[in-house]
This record gives sequence, structure tokens and C-alpha cells, in this order.
Amino acid sequence: MTLYTSTVVTPRPRSRVWAKIGENTAYAIGLPLILIVIWGIWATVAPAQFFPSPAELMQAFVETWVGPAFFTDVLPSLARLGVGIVISIVVGIGAGMLIGLNRWLRELLEPMLEFFRAVPPPVLLPIFVVLMGPTDAMKVVVIVVGSVWPILLNTIEGVRATDSVMTETARSFALTSAQRLRFLVLPAASPRIMAGVRQSLSIALILMVISELGYSSSGLGFQIVFFQRNYLIAEMWSGILLLGLIGVLLAAIFGFVERRVLRWYHGIKEVERV
Amino acid sequence: MATATLGAAPARVRSSRRLRTLRKIGLGLAGILGFLITWQLLPTLGVVDPRFFPTATETLAALGQQFRDLEFWRNVGRTMTAWGIGLVIATVLGAVLATVIGLVPFLRRATHTTVEFLRPIPSVALIPLAVLMYGYQLQAALVIIVFASFWQVFIQVLYGVADVDAVARDTARSFGLSRGSRIVNLVFPTALPYLMTGLRLAAAVALILAITAEMFIGNPGLGREIVFAQSAGNYPTVYALVIVTGVLGLLINLVFRAVERRALSWHQSIRGEEVL
Repeated sequence: MTLYTSTVVTPRPRSRVWAKIGENTAYAIGLPLILIVIWGIWATVAPAQFFPSPAELMQAFVETWVGPAFFTDVLPSLARLGVGIVISIVVGIGAGMLIGLNRWLRELLEPMLEFFRAVPPPVLLPIFVVLMGPTDAMKVVVIVVGSVWPILLNTIEGVRATDSVMTETARSFALTSAQRLRFLVLPAASPRIMAGVRQSLSIALILMVISELGYSSSGLGFQIVFFQRNYLIAEMWSGILLLGLIGVLLAAIFGFVERRVLRWYHGIKEVERV
Repeated sequence: MATATLGAAPARVRSSRRLRTLRKIGLGLAGILGFLITWQLLPTLGVVDPRFFPTATETLAALGQQFRDLEFWRNVGRTMTAWGIGLVIATVLGAVLATVIGLVPFLRRATHTTVEFLRPIPSVALIPLAVLMYGYQLQAALVIIVFASFWQVFIQVLYGVADVDAVARDTARSFGLSRGSRIVNLVFPTALPYLMTGLRLAAAVALILAITAEMFIGNPGLGREIVFAQSAGNYPTVYALVIVTGVLGLLINLVFRAVERRALSWHQSIRGEEVL
């Protein structure tokens, strides 16, 4: 909330809006453009063995990923990633609620959960490859087992930190436990849960790539390593670029969802700040 | 985040609190024991194939054998060396760049999109590139470790530097503090909690990537030993080494939490912490 005490500084609002948009765009694409130009000049003046020029990279990108490869390699990877993330979120929030609301259960499981969270997720791969074979299910399981912990632990934290006055109010108003979960515990824990989901997303993406690196014959991760082993440098870079784009897309989707889910929370924060 | 602060606790409250701590420790131990028993029973009863899923006792025996092996400790040392070097490089780079960029509004706006594009790139995507550039060496692992943990520190410090209280900043200006002393006395204390959070997250991420690099690049260390043991069909050793990596992760978490608490004992605010 801003208080305007003077009206002197508001001439021609429309032209300023356009100037503002222009300025923002310049800031947004300025540095990337400069970097690409420098990169292009660098690549033509002093071509490095492992660094293709931007033009070569773009050409390789279109040739490699636009077409059948998109359906045979990219989509299955993304599907496994999506399924893995959804299962992680459902299991993480469900189990987190259960553990967070039962004190003895929480105290019983906490040390083990701390340990499992600390295990670097990629070491799960050799274990699950042996147990389940190099199947799609194995890859999804690895993604879930690796990325469920931040969500699970943050949900437990969030449920535990539910405001006690509100819990008691809900009790005295005789809310059923289902209602309490839906209207009190879940919203109260949601900022924490979203923080957990954000971490899980990056772990899931790492595991999606890794699960295809050593024990697979298709998928994005496999393709990138294949290109590298065959010295298809521009193609390899195009794969890295694609993974970057997927990362950005994932972050954008998360940002969108988070803004919707936590609109009330950001609102409160803003009011507190003012 | 609101926390209830208790005043001077009367004796009864204190004793009941001690009881609660005891109960917590007891239940925690019971949980660990229960986990070990379940683990022992699963292969013994044939729920999972005992050839591929060794019992807890077999795994612990393999772990004991590793502890007596000097090569195991060398591998722990190699993994922790890669972790340490990577973390230091990432922290210094991240903190310095974030301070410079954070303090100059022009740079901040100009780098925003570039940062938002580079940050989500999964560092494992760079493994092939690192292998091409450095082969199966430590440097290749460092590329991955530094790239991953750099962003943790960078983003936190960037937020931290921006968090300087407007009133405090204006006060410092009107009292004529020089730029250098503003950075030392105002920006640094403000950004320190963020730096510590970033450091703790970066330490956890660096361990993950150090072991991942060893598994998939093949530079010597615990990760490579896991892959070797798995291809040799020596599954108890695989599980034992996985436990070792988990314990390392746990120790790193505990140490950095303690460092954070020590370094910020003066700090009043209680910020929502992200847990990794």
C-alpha cells in the first residue's frame, strides 16, 4: 500500500508504460543476447574442440530433438519424471500428515527419516537396478525414493508447526478430523510443503537423468552420454540445452502453482512487511 | 513463524520436559531397532530375494570388514576431498559474485533472466561435458560439484544482500559511512544468515554430486566403489557403502547446523528454514 502525498510526478502515463515495458525487455534479453554474440564471435575466431558455435548448436538441436526423437526419448523421460514427482508429492504429503499428527509415530521414525534423507539419492540406483532390473518402473521408483524425503520431512515440520490456538479453535468448533485436515492442517503446512516440493523437483530431475545414464538404452540421459561417447559434440550440447529448458519449464510450472496455492500466504507476508 | 517462548521453567515443568526428552530418545532407538529387525526379516522370510537384498547382519558384517580396510578410508578421504574443494570454490565464487551483483541494482536486473535459465540446469547434465574436458579425473568431478552447489550459495546471498533494512541503510548513509564500512558493518551481518543457510544446502548438494560424479565419471572414491561392488555382485558391500554415504550426509548436516547456530548465536530473527 503506497501513500501518494504529491501528484506532481504523474505525466503521460501511457508513454511511460511503453517505456517501462521496453526497458524491462531490454534488461531481460540484454545479457543473454550479449553472451550469445560473444560466444558466436569466440567460436568463429578461436574454434574450440568441445564448444560448438551457437548456430551449430541450434542446428543440432533442431535436427536431434525435433522429430521422432521427441517421442522416443524425450516424452518417455518426461513421463517418468512426471509420474515420479506426482507419486512423491502424494506419498510425501500423505505420510507426512500421518507422521506429523501422531507424536509417538514421529518420535519413533524421526532418526530413521533423518538418515534416509541424508543418503545421497543417486546411490539408490545400483540397488534398485539389481532388485527390479532396468525397467521403467525401476526408474520411477528411484525418482520417488530419492525425491520423497524433502516433501515428507517438510510436511511433518509444517504439520507440527500448526498454530495451537487455531487447532484448539477448530476443536471447540467441533470440526471433524477430515475437516480439520482439509481446512486447517493442510493450509497451515502448505508453505513448508511447497518449499519441500521445490527441492524435490530438482532432485527428481537429477534422478531422471541419472537413471538413464548407466542402465538404459533410451531417454534423454542415455542420448547425451551416447553423443558424448561418439564425439557428437554439438548434439551433446543440444541435449544439455534441452535439459536446461526442461529445468526452466519445471521451475516456471512450480512458480505458477506456488503463487496460486500460497496466494494467501504471500498476502500475509506482504501485510506484515508493511 | 511464531514460536512460543517459555520463561523461567519451574521444576515440575523441567522434569516433565526431561521425561519427554527421554521418551523421544527411547522411541527413536526403538525406531532404529525396528528398522533393523524388519530389514533382517525381509530377506530371511523370503519377501525379497536374499541374493540381491542382504540381511542387516550380513551388511553390518561387510561394513565392519570395510572399516578394517585402509583402502576404504582412502576412498572416504577422496570423496571428502572432492567435496571439500568443490564446496570451497562454490562458496567463494557464489558469495563474491552474489555480493557484487546484489549491491549493484543494474547488474541485478541485467543478470536476472540469465541466472533463472542457468540455475535449473541439472548439474548431472554436464557430466558428459566434464568427461570430455578433463577425462576421468578430479577436475571433472569438481565441475559438477561446483556448478550444483554454486547456485545454492549464490541465490541465498543474493537474497541476503537485498534484505538490508532500508532505515539502517539510510542511517548509515547519513552518518557518512564509507562504502567499505557499509559492506562490513551492514551488508555482511544482514547477509550472514542467508550465507549460512546457503552453505548448509550447498554442503549437502556437494556430497550428492561428489558421489554421483564418482559413480558416473569414475574418478576414485566411494561412489566408484559402490558401482564396482555392484558389478562384482558383492551386494552386502553395496549396502554397507550406501550406509556409509548416508552417515556422511548425516554428519555433514549436523556439523553445518551446529556451525550455523554458533555463527548466528547473535541473530534474533527466526527464519523459515528449508530442510534438505
